Amino acid sequence: MNQFLQQLINGISLGSIYALIALGYTMVYGIIKLINFAHGDIYMLGAYVGFIFATKTGMGLVPTLIVSMVFCAILGVVIEMIAYKPLRNATRITALITAIGVSYFLEASTQKIMGTSPRAFPALLPKGLIKLGKVTITYQQVFILTITILLMIALQFIVTKTKIGRAMRAVSTDTDAARLMGIDVNKTISFTFALGSALAGAAGVLVGIYYSSITPLMGLVPGVKAFIAAVFGGIGIIPGAMIGGILIGIIEALVSGYGSSLYKDAVVYVILIIILVVKPAGLLGKNIREKV
Amino acid sequence: MTVLETKNLTRNFGGLAAVSNVSLKINKGELVGLIGPNGAGKTTLFNLLTGVYEPSEGSIELLVNDSMKSIGGLKPYTITNLGIARTFQNIRLFKELTVLDNIKVGMNKNIKYGAISAILRLPKYYVEENRVHDEALKLLEVVNLLDKKDELAKNLPYGEQRKLEIARALATNPRVLFLDEPAAGMNPNETQELTNLIRQIKNEFDLTVILIEHDMSLVMNVCERIYVLDYGKLIAQGNPESIKNNKKVIEAYLGED
Amino acid sequence: MAKNRFTKTNFLWLLLIIVSYFLINLLINIGIINKVYQTVMLTIGINIILAISLNLIIGITGQFSLGHAGFMSIGAYSTGVIVKQMGGNLSSVFIGMAVGILLSSIVALIVAIPTLRLKGDYLAIATLGFGEIIRIVIQNMKITNGAAGLVLPKLLDWKLVFLFLVISTFIVVAFTNSAPGRACISVREDEIASETMGINTTKYKIMAFVIGAILASIAGTLYASSFYVIKPDNFSFNKSIDILVIVVFGGMGSYTGSFVSALLIGILNTSLQSFADIRTIIYGALLVMIMIFRPQGILGNYEFKFSNLLKRFNKKEARS
Repeated sequence: MNQFLQQLINGISLGSIYALIALGYTMVYGIIKLINFAHGDIYMLGAYVGFIFATKTGMGLVPTLIVSMVFCAILGVVIEMIAYKPLRNATRITALITAIGVSYFLEASTQKIMGTSPRAFPALLPKGLIKLGKVTITYQQVFILTITILLMIALQFIVTKTKIGRAMRAVSTDTDAARLMGIDVNKTISFTFALGSALAGAAGVLVGIYYSSITPLMGLVPGVKAFIAAVFGGIGIIPGAMIGGILIGIIEALVSGYGSSLYKDAVVYVILIIILVVKPAGLLGKNIREKV
Repeated sequence: MTVLETKNLTRNFGGLAAVSNVSLKINKGELVGLIGPNGAGKTTLFNLLTGVYEPSEGSIELLVNDSMKSIGGLKPYTITNLGIARTFQNIRLFKELTVLDNIKVGMNKNIKYGAISAILRLPKYYVEENRVHDEALKLLEVVNLLDKKDELAKNLPYGEQRKLEIARALATNPRVLFLDEPAAGMNPNETQELTNLIRQIKNEFDLTVILIEHDMSLVMNVCERIYVLDYGKLIAQGNPESIKNNKKVIEAYLGED
Repeated sequence: MAKNRFTKTNFLWLLLIIVSYFLINLLINIGIINKVYQTVMLTIGINIILAISLNLIIGITGQFSLGHAGFMSIGAYSTGVIVKQMGGNLSSVFIGMAVGILLSSIVALIVAIPTLRLKGDYLAIATLGFGEIIRIVIQNMKITNGAAGLVLPKLLDWKLVFLFLVISTFIVVAFTNSAPGRACISVREDEIASETMGINTTKYKIMAFVIGAILASIAGTLYASSFYVIKPDNFSFNKSIDILVIVVFGGMGSYTGSFVSALLIGILNTSLQSFADIRTIIYGALLVMIMIFRPQGILGNYEFKFSNLLKRFNKKEARS
């Protein structure tokens, strides 16, 4: 039982990071139906920007987070403008390949500038443990979870309560209708990229702190897993990405804890396939039938 | 002789009955019209009869080898192989294939060689391909598209696309043919030509034809019997003359405006 | 114009194959194609097989698969394991190839039956998942030597790759230009219309998927017996993406495009060899630019045919 609780806690803290990345995937997919393969690399760059800022200035967590989020938001918007905007009417596969190109570009550029070897991320959070019986929670886990929850609340507020959030939902439901209603579709898409990328940047900094090591290819696997999390919860649905991310984190932690960590990725994929086959629209999604 | 019969056919979409309690009986060799205001459920009914949707309730029976066989809920390709073919309201040709290849896809189920013969280019492949080629050309001749055989389907003008869709449906060698608004978007000349074509293929291929159409002159002109749908329910049936004077039908149409 | 085996165009194709064979042979013998270029040639040949087989699934049948490297790894490891057990000679390569074909078709069926009901992006992500599962399983097996992989002797030269390139191309082209091939295209064009034309769409999707998987497995065998080392990491989803990039870059649905694109990308990779550190940067930027300025790929859906060439030739003659 103790071990179960311990793994559950580990899973939730890891999963909350997946959820942050998954949110960007899901928002972008919801609005322009693009699997933004470069999203994992934005998260990686978030970690690097945080690393550079924190080591150069010696400032703490909050400024680091903000700088990294702002940088990623701008980067996301710029990438969208240069690479994706010209492809609004292209096929999905074309857009996907473009995203892959962006991903290669970002990874290789980071490798060129920062080197391929891992960098040690500064410890921005106090080290320490809370013991609850035999279950231990690190301060880092508490902070990560708290920050994640705060960011999600902020996101939920933006999406449901603000004008631009309403525009986002309108564009993702029906782009043409939204345009006819006078919504600036391009601006809304840019904003969505900014929002998703900022969250990925935050995730990058948090992961840097959690694992205290970052590499230019660190975005690859979490990127795929976050995408799976988004599909798991129902792609395009914001609460779905949160639930999906946390579930994937828990599943991974439990498989590593009880089975073999070698197979933890395989189990994630198996569950993904089962979900897709049984309920392709994801946990919270609705199946839509094609009109004939 | 009855060739197609539905009993209490119903299809719900999330609480809304798009087709409700429809019972039809189509005789062999008939040319039946299906009319009704927009959203009356005509196309949904076609989709049920051709297997695109599964019925929520009720039965569909088709005459197969002299006995009635239940086909409700079968896959579309199975139903097609039992002898039903259709066209679509919003033209669904294989756009990037040539006119000729569109027909050949329709003939696919009657081609007697498989992937292995194709890959090894066995003699069977050549025999069958040549047969199919000749038969496809004949069908194109019927709809007057022979000179367009090598064009991509997407490059045909609208009226010819409709004709190609009919030819493609004929290629499946059907006994019952469903036409979903075949005259939509056509000018009076083209409509007249189409009317003749429908009559011609009905006789030539020994078909039973059921058509959805908004062009009343066409319906009244070619159909022997008419069913009228409104809000998913059958509200009238009979010969064109009686439908024209039916109170319920007039109300349904006037109510729409 | 009845179809048969002995047409002018078929003769021209045969001629082209024979001429290219002797030309490559000559260039190797007189030393123009050196050892390094031979390796590049092998890579390009294997990549073409992978690309045309994926093109059959994606470009012809319209099923978005991101797990192609998984099937390649099945062929590579079947061959690797059998060569390790039976000793390094050509007959064990062929046994390995046969085992790979058998295994990959079984796995392809297992993958296809549940996933091919899915559409578009969902199918892509499901096949990506399957590809990764295959890799993880290989990584955790004893007989495959886990993550360290297998070290193999080099067992074949370019001639065998050339032979299988010709065979694979023949298979995909012959299949595409047949009734089952037309059925596959109709699935890509409009699945619902295809079903109502009496086509069992699931059957044809599976057919294309299995043929594609078998050819990818053959490519895997060729890879394993040409490049000394195979590791699970060689077959990660990045490899699947590399293959996809070749297909899309060349033009989806165009086998000619896959040939041209594999060639160009192979040459590009080689010529950027000396700039190893910025190669991927350029590659990434190039991908983005090509997709923006030529989203349909280099050749779109153009297919090179001798019959068209002959037609044009005859027309010119008639005019003069």
